Amino acid sequence: MARVILSRSFADLYAKGQVEHEVPGLKVRHLVRTLDERFPGIAKHLENGVAVAIDGVLHQNAWLEEVGLDSEVCFMPAIEGG
Amino acid sequence: MSARTYKWIGTRPNRPDGADKVTGRARFGADFNMPGQLVGKVLRSPHAHALIKSIDTSAAEKLAGVKAVVTAKDFPEQENITVPAGEMQVNLRDVTRNIMAREKVLYDGHAVAAVAATTEAVAKEALALIKVEYEILPHVIDVEAAMKDGAPILHDHLRTEGVEPKPTKATNIAKRIDFAKGDVAAGFRKAEVVVERKFTTQPVHQGYIEPHAALASASEDGQVQVWSTTQGHFQVRGFCSRLLNIETSQIRVTPSEIGGGFGGKTVVYLEPVAIRLSQKSGKPVKMVMTREEVFRASGPTSAGVVEVKIGATRDGRIVAAECMVALQAGAFPGSPVGPACMCSFACYDIDDIKVVGYDVVSNRPKVAAYRAPGAPISCWGVESAIDELAIELGMDPIELRLKNAAKQGTKTHYGPTFNRIGFVETLEAAKSSPHYQTPVKRGFHRGVAAGFWFNVGADSSAAAHVGEDGTVTVISGNPDIGGSRASLAMMAAEELGVDYEKVRPVIADTSSIGFNFVTGGSRVTFATGLAVVNAVKEVVRELKIRAAKIWEVEPEAVVWENGMAKPASTNVGEFEPLSLSQLAAMAGKTGGPINGHAQLNAQGAGPGFGVHIVDLAVDHDTGIVTIDRYTAVQDVGTAIHPSYVEGQMQGGAVQGIGWALNEEYIYNAKGKLDNPGFLDYRIPVASDLPMIETVIVEVPNPSHPYGVRGVGEVPIVPPMAAVGNAIARATGIRFLDLPMSPPRVSAAIDAARPKMAAE
Repeated sequence: MARVILSRSFADLYAKGQVEHEVPGLKVRHLVRTLDERFPGIAKHLENGVAVAIDGVLHQNAWLEEVGLDSEVCFMPAIEGG
Repeated sequence: MSARTYKWIGTRPNRPDGADKVTGRARFGADFNMPGQLVGKVLRSPHAHALIKSIDTSAAEKLAGVKAVVTAKDFPEQENITVPAGEMQVNLRDVTRNIMAREKVLYDGHAVAAVAATTEAVAKEALALIKVEYEILPHVIDVEAAMKDGAPILHDHLRTEGVEPKPTKATNIAKRIDFAKGDVAAGFRKAEVVVERKFTTQPVHQGYIEPHAALASASEDGQVQVWSTTQGHFQVRGFCSRLLNIETSQIRVTPSEIGGGFGGKTVVYLEPVAIRLSQKSGKPVKMVMTREEVFRASGPTSAGVVEVKIGATRDGRIVAAECMVALQAGAFPGSPVGPACMCSFACYDIDDIKVVGYDVVSNRPKVAAYRAPGAPISCWGVESAIDELAIELGMDPIELRLKNAAKQGTKTHYGPTFNRIGFVETLEAAKSSPHYQTPVKRGFHRGVAAGFWFNVGADSSAAAHVGEDGTVTVISGNPDIGGSRASLAMMAAEELGVDYEKVRPVIADTSSIGFNFVTGGSRVTFATGLAVVNAVKEVVRELKIRAAKIWEVEPEAVVWENGMAKPASTNVGEFEPLSLSQLAAMAGKTGGPINGHAQLNAQGAGPGFGVHIVDLAVDHDTGIVTIDRYTAVQDVGTAIHPSYVEGQMQGGAVQGIGWALNEEYIYNAKGKLDNPGFLDYRIPVASDLPMIETVIVEVPNPSHPYGVRGVGEVPIVPPMAAVGNAIARATGIRFLDLPMSPPRVSAAIDAARPKMAAE
């Protein structure tokens, strides 16, 4: 199972304050779907305006990216830059 | 990544756009013209905050030579929702109000109406005939003042996001975010030394030399063409499509050459207005901002407040860190407070961290991105506090940073665990640099600071076309703001095994290449470079197929080496190698044109770290700071074209020095900007500074075939603290507020004289 990490304020708002979650799934979309089952409505906040770091590697607009069994998957505010 | 030898990567050929730029042939935003074009001008608010009671444009419309007048009524109302526009998440309700004020004006310079006329003189005369009735409201500029109870409220509908329960009262605090790692209170209990300070920064502008400019031509059949100076013509298309309800396929945007952007040209101001004026007048409309308009109405970056607390043990191990960042968003929500919070302590491996950020609206233009948006502000505070800690501990500032440096496996406070990063290597390179190894000259003092930026990937498309003579055109869709034409052509030449001069890079308009995200986030050489490499791989695959057809063998029996198709082994048969030009000449007989195309969402951008060293002197009578020597050290992954990498590092350092020493928006009591020009808003010029020395560190990014990380943003993060840290050592005074301009420095020295004399 992947270890999903949310930012503190995001967890407070949408995941009952729980920052870390053990979530089954082979792709980012699967993790989002499962989290949405646990915390209804969270998916729309995880699918837009968010970057995803999978094992430390930054992904923008991640959806089909594969996730390892022991991966650390971190959802964080999207980075745009100048 | 295994060590590879390259023919082109790491060399310094001439840039493909160089001749046009040094001869004046290159066309920038204001250089585009069409027959019969009109001149568009904008009427701007003279007030920082006011209700618009009425706008009467009738007299202007009757003026001879005026062909169209627009106000907010000419732009469709938008919902208060965040949607993608050109892949950026934007609140269209806010964007449409920023390009043309509706119920209220929210800053000095806010657009209220626009006219298109036959000449500039007539356009200006028409603006003077527009009657706007205002009801002036109290205003607020300063971020802390805007956060206070009782502050003038900009938006009655605004409630703080990120707070539970959701507030019911209107506020200027648009968002609260927080990041935490470990137990910060427990961490501070272990600390033997604590530094706690409050820092501020003033609003600054990106200071691009070329003003915003756009030319729009709307046809009777609904098609629209736009020429504009922008960092992202696909974003211009996306914004205009959304704001004006025009399908993207009907809008064709061609980017001009760009005279600087630094993040400030990733949004739209003139383009939707020029399109609407063109639609109403039936003529092309050209709009160019004056310098004053650029300062008053286009995206500056935030001012901010940074409260930092850092605790360490006596041996120099940082055990806890805490930070509060509050940033001005300008008139509408959306400051870079997220990256400011995330970058704050990203350089360090600290067990217990807490960071809180606030996004705050105030009566200034809506902020736009500026190189590593947000990071320079939080790092001004953090890196100053780290330096004070080094002084307190009696440690060398680089040694203190090395002892606490983030490395592969470090868990950041914003979530991810770092993969392969090069901060330790960058610090080591700084320590062993000629600058750091040279004793500081008598009368001068040295400062050091570090910085971090994520770098990003995102969407890119590219194509490679082989001409009938075997030369190659590489087509991409990112305006070239830092030498990307050269780096893309070099990667294509390397991949093909041909001479760099045989590859011509071209930047296509929005109808001639697939979508590309903005030139920003230090992404183009990484992400669009990946797309180019993949497009060229397609070409090579096709070239091998063509050679196989000619030799009547299987494609797998052909290899591509040094720009030639060769038999994979002697078993294939004896064939003379076929060059690219030979295969191109045979293209018609072997299957038609040889092209490659690639599109991707580039993932795995490699984080970048920088360390800056400055030697400076402070004139204790005038407060003038003189920089004697400055070195920027940075991990860039791989430097494709080292000259342009160095140029980015030097440019970022210079902009940061300006931010540190002089640059600030000065508002008067009425909230009007008092210094909207380069005479009174002083950016550094060549005579102010020595040549910025550079040390390129190369820790390749494993997610890119050539190891590219991204370069352009990291170098603006460390300079303010590096300069402040040197000034602290020169004067014995820790400066907490930017800019450290001569009046402020001399005032602080004067204030400290009695205390110094007593000691």
